[in-house]
Amino acid sequence: MSPHLQVWRWHVTMACSILHRGSIFALYLGAILLAGWAVALASGPDHYACYTEVVGSPLGKLVLFGITVMLFFNLAYNVRQAFWDLGYGFTPKTADMTGVIAIAFGVVAAVVVWVIAGFTGALS
Amino acid sequence: MVELALPKNSRVQAGKHWPAPAGAKKVKSFKIYRYDPELGGNPRWDTYDIDVDACGPMVLDALLYIKNNVDPTLAFRRSCREGVCGSCSMNIGGRNTLACTHGWEEVPGKAVQISPLPHLPVVKDLIPDLTLFYAQYASIEPWLHTETPTPEKEWRQAPEDREKLDGLYECILCACCSTSCPSYWWNGEKYLGPAALLHAYRWLIDSRDESTGDRLDALEDPFKLYRCHTIMNCAQVCPKGLNPAKAIAEIKKMMVERVV
Repeated sequence: MSPHLQVWRWHVTMACSILHRGSIFALYLGAILLAGWAVALASGPDHYACYTEVVGSPLGKLVLFGITVMLFFNLAYNVRQAFWDLGYGFTPKTADMTGVIAIAFGVVAAVVVWVIAGFTGALS
Repeated sequence: MVELALPKNSRVQAGKHWPAPAGAKKVKSFKIYRYDPELGGNPRWDTYDIDVDACGPMVLDALLYIKNNVDPTLAFRRSCREGVCGSCSMNIGGRNTLACTHGWEEVPGKAVQISPLPHLPVVKDLIPDLTLFYAQYASIEPWLHTETPTPEKEWRQAPEDREKLDGLYECILCACCSTSCPSYWWNGEKYLGPAALLHAYRWLIDSRDESTGDRLDALEDPFKLYRCHTIMNCAQVCPKGLNPAKAIAEIKKMMVERVV
């Protein structure tokens, strides 16, 4: 069999596609974390304190920030997909551009959300 | 099935180095995939340092130079040398394209790396086996289907209907698009791939064709059409500048429009 991934030089659109798959996985993880939060809340103050300590640790915050980036990237990607479903945005140049925009939106929107959260004191 | 790594017997090993002739002024390295089923063993990367002052500007010129002057055992397909026949499609510098219309100076990196079209059985060196690709093209029945009696002269078509075929009829079936598609890599047996689907659309929107419904029925399948995940590699690499991804989206639209 001839080499494929081993030789391929990636396009932005290809990276976005696999990142979109990754974002779906991240959102599953986020849903599990959210369910865990609800379970901890229902299990009493001790469990809840333990849960918030783990999720509120620097590593926990990093994971949450990552999930926030993926959430907004996924949102932007699905908007892009909606235009595709209508038959627009298929030239490689446009697709490259909208892909970069989707990634940038994910990062910027996540930073904005976290800065706002910081101002409200939710991060301390 | 998604298999990221190559099977053990397909992993490419280090190969031979062919140094440039003495006195060469402008030397360029070409790292070329070599596999000979008669010799057995794994494929290998051979590196040819050649004096590019002695050969033409295209990758095909360099390949012909190597075959004529350095190593006559190198095997590859070529015919028209002007981007019309689609024979010399291969992976050059990590992207599928035609060797005859792609200049070696355009390839980024120090060495020009050349391998066969990706994820296909290899017949020899740069020659892949395209049997399945052609069978998939045949499966979409790429000819005019009609029921009304054949007219005395030709089947007539309005200029604006003829224009709908622009961007589709130019396809030369070089297979650059289909073999660039990760979805086709993982599900090539069931997913028709960008080239066959572009042709399917070419017949679906032909105003003279009378079996649009049957053609859509044939594509209504979880794999044949819907394995396109708009990764867009097909449109990115098409050496003729066509857009199979858009053609596939148009077929998906036709599928929706006929039920609503």
